[in-house]
Formats: sequence, C-alpha cells, structure tokens
Amino acid sequence: MSVSTESDRLLFKGADWDFNTIQRINDAVEEIALNELGLNVYQNQIEVISTEQMLDAYSSIGMPLFYKHWSFGKHFARNEAMYRTGMQGLAYEIVINSNPCISYIMEENTATMQTLVIAHAAYGHNHFFKNNYVFKQWTDADGIIDYLEFARDFVMKCEEQHGAEEVERLLDAAHALMNHGIHKYPRRRATDLRTEEKRELERREHDERVFNDLWRTVPGKDNGRHDPTALERRRALLELPQENILYFLEKSAPLLLPWQRELLRIVRIIAQYFYPQTQTKVMNEGCATYVHYQIMNRLHDKGLISEGALMEFLRSHTNVVFQPDFDDPRYSGFNPYALGFAMMKDIERICHEPTAEDREWFPDISGCGDHMAVLRDVWANYRDESFILQYLSPRLIRHFGLFRVTDDAEDPHLKVAAIHDERGYRDIRRALARHYDPAYFTPDIQVVDVNLAGDRKLMVQHRAMNRILLEEKDARLVLQHIADLWGYDVAMAEIDPADDTVLKDHKARARPGIVPLETA
Amino acid sequence: MHIVDRRLNPGGKNLANRQRFMRRAKSQIRKAVHESTASGSIKDADDGGEVVLPAQGVHEPQFRRSSHGGFRDHLLPGNKEYVPGDTIPRPRGGGGDGGSEGSPDGEGEDDFRFALSRDEFVDLFLEDLELPDLAKRKVASTEAVSWQRAGYSVTGSPSNLALNRTVRNSLARRIALKRPKPEELEALRAEIAALDEVDERRPELEAELARKLRRTGLIPYIDPLDVRYKRFDAIPKPVAQAVMFCLMDVSGSMTEHMKDLAKRFYILLYIFLKRRYKNVEVVFIRHTHEASEVDEETFFNSPETGGTVVSTALEEMAKVVAERYDPDSWNIYAAQASDGDNTASDNERTAALLTKNILPISQYYAYLEVGRDAEHFPPGFIRRDSDLWQTYSALIKAGAPMAMRKVGHRRDIYPVFRELFAKKTSAEAEA
Repeated sequence: MSVSTESDRLLFKGADWDFNTIQRINDAVEEIALNELGLNVYQNQIEVISTEQMLDAYSSIGMPLFYKHWSFGKHFARNEAMYRTGMQGLAYEIVINSNPCISYIMEENTATMQTLVIAHAAYGHNHFFKNNYVFKQWTDADGIIDYLEFARDFVMKCEEQHGAEEVERLLDAAHALMNHGIHKYPRRRATDLRTEEKRELERREHDERVFNDLWRTVPGKDNGRHDPTALERRRALLELPQENILYFLEKSAPLLLPWQRELLRIVRIIAQYFYPQTQTKVMNEGCATYVHYQIMNRLHDKGLISEGALMEFLRSHTNVVFQPDFDDPRYSGFNPYALGFAMMKDIERICHEPTAEDREWFPDISGCGDHMAVLRDVWANYRDESFILQYLSPRLIRHFGLFRVTDDAEDPHLKVAAIHDERGYRDIRRALARHYDPAYFTPDIQVVDVNLAGDRKLMVQHRAMNRILLEEKDARLVLQHIADLWGYDVAMAEIDPADDTVLKDHKARARPGIVPLETA
Repeated sequence: MHIVDRRLNPGGKNLANRQRFMRRAKSQIRKAVHESTASGSIKDADDGGEVVLPAQGVHEPQFRRSSHGGFRDHLLPGNKEYVPGDTIPRPRGGGGDGGSEGSPDGEGEDDFRFALSRDEFVDLFLEDLELPDLAKRKVASTEAVSWQRAGYSVTGSPSNLALNRTVRNSLARRIALKRPKPEELEALRAEIAALDEVDERRPELEAELARKLRRTGLIPYIDPLDVRYKRFDAIPKPVAQAVMFCLMDVSGSMTEHMKDLAKRFYILLYIFLKRRYKNVEVVFIRHTHEASEVDEETFFNSPETGGTVVSTALEEMAKVVAERYDPDSWNIYAAQASDGDNTASDNERTAALLTKNILPISQYYAYLEVGRDAEHFPPGFIRRDSDLWQTYSALIKAGAPMAMRKVGHRRDIYPVFRELFAKKTSAEAEA
C-alpha cells in the first residue's frame, strides 16, 4: 500500500486543466453539494466554450440557440467592441435553466476558476432553478430547449415565406412590448367538459337539498337579475383590463395573420420564461455565491485544493461580493451578489450564534442549529421581495449603512427619511423589499377598453405610481408599435392612481406595414 | 454529468444576426464610414476600423419610467453622517443620484461604437461601384481555363482512373453474380486436404471445387464494364490580374497639395482594383519633359524640374507594357494626374499616342486634373480649360473610352472617384 501524501490528494496543481481534471473536480464538488449541503439538482451538463462563443451566448440572452434578429447582432457588436477595448470583461460562466442544466465554462479559466464556476453554476444556480417556487410555477426546464428550437425554425420558415423584412418589423414591435408580455398571476385554466358536468350536477343536487317552496312567495326585486352594462360585457368578452399587452394583441388584434400571432406568442412565451429571473436576482446569486463559498472552503478543509488555489478563489470571490458605498464613483446600485451572499451568511449566523436582537426579530430560526435546512426552505419558497421583507436583519442594515432618501420633484431638497437605527429598520427593510418587486420596477400599463362600436380605438392606461410619467420619446415609439399591431388608432392616458386624474395623453395612428389597413 | 467540448463547433454563429444589424443600420454605417475616411488618411480605409453610430437609429424602445419628476425614494448603502430629517441639496442632472432606479437591462443610451472587419469596411466603402463595362467584355472573352471535377465517365485516360468507383462497381457485380470468394475456395481446399483418400465425400467436394474454380474463371475480378474515369469540365477562367499605371506630372508647377490629391486618388483606385483582382501590380511613371519609371517613394516625394511633355509618359507606359505586361493576360488600368499643363506642340502627339497605342490595350483610362483649392482663386476669375483638358475633351467627344474629372479639394476625391466608377444604369450604358 502506498502512503498518500498531502499533495497527492489535490484535485489539480497549477492553473492547467483537462477533461479528466474537470471530471475529478465535479465529482468532489458533487460529493459536498449533495451529501453535505443536501442540494437537489438537475443533471449537469458542462460545456467548454471559447471567448467568441461566450460573446455569442451573451447576445442571445445566454441561450444556446435562438431565432435571428438584428438586435442580437447589435448586442454582439457592442459587447465585442467593449471586450476588445478592455472596457468590460466576460462572465466566467453562463448557466441555463433547463433539464439537464447546461453550464458554459470558458476555456481561458484556470483550474481554480473552473472549480468555482462548477460549484457556483452547476450546483448553486442549478439547485435554485430546480427548487424555487417561481421557477417551478413559470418555467418548463424540460421543454425550453425544444421550444427555442421550434421558435428558431418557425421564425426561419416565416422569413422564407413572408420575407425577412415583414418578420423583422413584427419582431421589432413584439420586442418593444416584451416586458408587457407577461402573465404575473397564474390564469384560470379552462375547465374541461367532465369537470363542468360534475360541477353542474353538484349545483343541482345542492339546489334540490335546500329547496323550499316558501322562497317563491318572498317578494324580491322586479327582474331579479342585474343587467350588465355594455362596458362590462365588452370587458368580459375581451378579458379586460389586461396587463399582458402582447397576449391581448395576439388574441384580439383584428387584422393580424395567424403566423403573426404565433410570432407574438413566441416572444411572449420567452419573456415569460425569463420572468422568474428578474424577480429572484438577489436570491439566485446569493444562493449560488453561498454554495460556491461553502464548497470551496470545504474542498480546502479536505485538502483537495491548495492554499494558492484558495487565495485565488478568495480574491475573485471578494471582487464579486464587493458593494461600493453610494458616494463611491464605482457605485451603480445594489450588487445582487453582495446583498444575497451577505443575507445567506447572516441567516447561517442567526441559526448558530444569535444575539438577543436576532431572537427578537427571528424567533423561529434563531439558534435552531440547522442552517442548511433553513436556507433550503428559503431558497424554495421566497422571491427577492418577500425574502428581503422577511430576512433582512438589523445587523445587516447597520453593516451596509442603509438609509432611505425621498425625492419629491416639488421640493427643492432631498430628505433623509430613515437611517440604520432602531426607528428606521422596518422602514428601510420595507422600502428595499419594494425595490425588488416587479410590480414596482416595471410601469403598470394595461389595455382598458376598445371602442368596438365605432373606430375600434384601443385605450391603454398607465397608472403612474408616485406620479412618475413614462419617458416620452420611448413611450411614443412603443405606442406606435402597438398601433401598428392593432391596426387602428391607440390612445394612452397616464393617470394618477391616487385620484384618477389624467396627467398626460398620448396618441398613435396605425401605419401600414405589419397589417393591411382598411382605408376609410 | 456530461462534459461537452463546444470549442470545436463552427464559430461565427452570430454572423446572420450581424448581417441583419448591418443591413438595418446600413445608411448610418455608410455615413460613418465616409466620415471616418474623410478625416483620417485614406490608406487606413484598407484596414477596416471602428465606427461610431448615433444611438437612436438602432434604438430599441421600451416603456420606461422617466428619470424626472414625481415622487421617488432611493435606498442607498454607506451612510456615514446622515440622520433622519436631514436635507440634501438635489444633485444636478435630475433627481436620481444613481439610486436603485434605472433601466432594467442596465444598458445606456450612448452612441454605439463597434468595429467593422476589413471586408465589411471596404465593401461599404466601395459599395455600388463597378468596373466599367469595357472590363467586363474583356473578362468574358478570356482564354484561360481551369479544370473542375464533374462526376464520372466510362472513357478517359488511365491517369484519371477512378479507383474507388471502379472497385465499388466490381464488388457489386461480383456479389450479384455470386463469384466465389477466395476464402471459400481456400476453405474448400483445406477441407479436401483434411479428408482421407477414400472418404466418400471427397468426389462430391472436388466436383464442387472444380465448379467454383470455373465460375471464378468466368467472372472476372475487374471487368471493363466496371471501369470508371474521373470526368473534368473546362471552366473558363477570367484573367485575375491587373496592372495599374500611375502617370503623374512632377514638373515644378505641381504643388504638394496637387500631389496629395493625386496620391489619394491612386490609393482609392488601388483598393478598388484589389477587390476585383487577386493580383494587382502598380507601375509608377513620372514625367517632366522626359518620363521614367520609378518606385513609389520617389514618385510622390522627390522633386524634379523641367518642362512638361505628356507624351513621354505615354511612350514610357507603352514601353513597359510591351516589356512586361502582355495585354492578353493582364487587365491594364491607367490613371493620369496632372495640373493640365502641356507643351503646346505636344498635344497632338499625346492624342495620337492615346488613341493608337494606349486606349486599345487599356481597360480604363482616367484623367484627373488636380487644381488649386477653389478658394485660392479670386472671385470672378474664370479659368480657361487647360491644354490637356481641351485635348482630351476632343478625344472623348470622338468616343474614346476614357473619363476625366477635375478635383480641387481633398473632400472631392471620394465623390469624384465614385462618379467615375458608379454603376451605370442601362440607359446611361447605352448612351
């Protein structure tokens, strides 16, 4: 028997790696992730790619295949120019929420970085994708790659059949409305005939059970039934008000051709697929960063990576979780990695070494001892908004030195409303959570009515929260796109939700191009 | 877990998107390209480069919250001094001091900067330009041919024998006609050898062996029917080389400014020819009252004094052509730059040389008359057409295949060049 020395156990030495190294790294990481952290992941598929391929993936929103559109070429050209001039580095990895979970790793990474990336993407993000309720509810990890393939082929076929420019015009319009092509709440499923029948039967049985002929003699209203107004009938018919504008246009725009409706649907479904990512940025990155931090340290504890590798990892990790202060020139909003990672570490601390303050704020988890169980539960059942609202501790608020500033356009000065003190904790926590609420950061725009009897004018409404209006130039352009798809005039009113006063009006007239217009 | 190496996948997956983007932004990119060449040196045009597009042309609009007005609150990290109730003067540039507000995708709306590849750049630069019709006629009648594979034939020279195809045919035929395989014969022989002399199966096996041997003899291994030859088709090949003659007057009257204009024109012509021909050679001929072939450095830079006799340059060109560039295998282009002066007695001789010797062998002859900056002339000053201009005008009127233009300023070079080589509409071509 040979005696294994310290350095024999190392997964790799130096920066070089090959496919056997990756396999060994993955096995070691998997062992820790599954058995020690108790993660539950999709099967992994790790793909090694070059710089250019990374740029490719960047420009098609990280997806391995995508339909063709000039805007992706634009993003590619921009990223490439920024990368070549050194203004921007490339991500170390991209991970796709699919089953199997595909992680792209770059060939330039050192062996340490590959370890970090595998721990981060292939286990951290992967666990989050598989377990978080928003992803479970909204995305179909098994089908997404097939759907993208269908989308790509369908767009290509449309281009052959109807001309690339026709397709481009429609996609331009659809892309402009992508953020408003999302169902924010699960919709009622249409009931099938059998359920309907069963329900009808139950209803009748109930009627029979409670039947009492006396009720007939009780005097009631004259015609008994309430007659719906024309507006109510129209609204019911068109499912108004509707905040999913793309859905509304797909189903109700009078002049669109079937292939055009299908394209709108493709854009809408892809937007819906990405919707969970926008509302779980902090948690998703926090989860992945926490997982890679734990795994890398465990690998070092087990003697599987060297001190040098640990140093290299820590350097990169510290860069990732760096949060500059507001007066720092590098400040550009909250770093989701920093906030997410700090909150995860904080939960771990509360579970093991709670202070009196923690016991008061988090009675159910403080001192419970099993932080992984708590974290797994958090990762499964929260999104950014609810997570911050629930778990941002006073200690972290003090650590980041958070303060809230209010800015009323009618006031010459900004006011400091709350700081990291006893009176401010809850206020700050609530305000920060709201910043991560999708209903707060995307403008609330809805289709409210259609003039069915007359000129078919479409009415759109922006409920301008806090009286913040839309950027005018962009709003005009997007409204024009809506009009082009709708085929008739469109009017948008920006109203103050507090008292329903109209703050601003926009109008757009349909241009020929996407749909053939009726000449009056 | 699977590890997949995607690095070997073909690159350029984004090419289609890039082309769409280029098409979309074409007019703007074209403008940017022309501007970048007007400011920089034209020589750089051959290297491609970075162009800056205004953002709005390729803008993707979205409903976004305005960054002004209304009531908003910001949550910021890093409080050091503030307590509740403090007021902060509004930072200039609107309410947002970089708070959590901002476009969701984090993309700014700056001007759009990106790099064009050399090919894309030159494509746009020379877009819509075309060699004159004359050149195309010439290309169509070239003699050279190249050979290209075109399937198989049943006849041909032994050196073109298509071995694979022949053996494949033979194999198919042998299988179809059930020619016994050598292994079968071998096995049969071995079996017979293993038997006793008196074994009862022996005659039977020997008869079978004899039958198989006969069959082997009847069905040849390779039959003339099987033989195939590689077929080649002759594809006429256009002459893919060109020589460009740069003729320039370097007498004292040519200023640096004029030489610079000429140089720019030559460079454009060079880039243009380079696009069309694999092999482009350049010959520099300078002249005063006598002409000589020189290298580029001398051509543009070393000063010379003397009179001006244009015909000497044409003679020199005819001489060089005769020595080195057979008009049958070279496309010949000539561009002459001059301030228009010529010794009066030489005009007739120049015209004669051009019509008799030079134009018949040239694809294209361009004359560029470089002048002083127009501003240098006093207002109301009317220039008399120069000697050469008058001479050449007469030739063109008589239908000679040449073109001429006047250029006074650097910014005119590119338009003039485009004018000379612009795609002709059919009406113009007939005229």
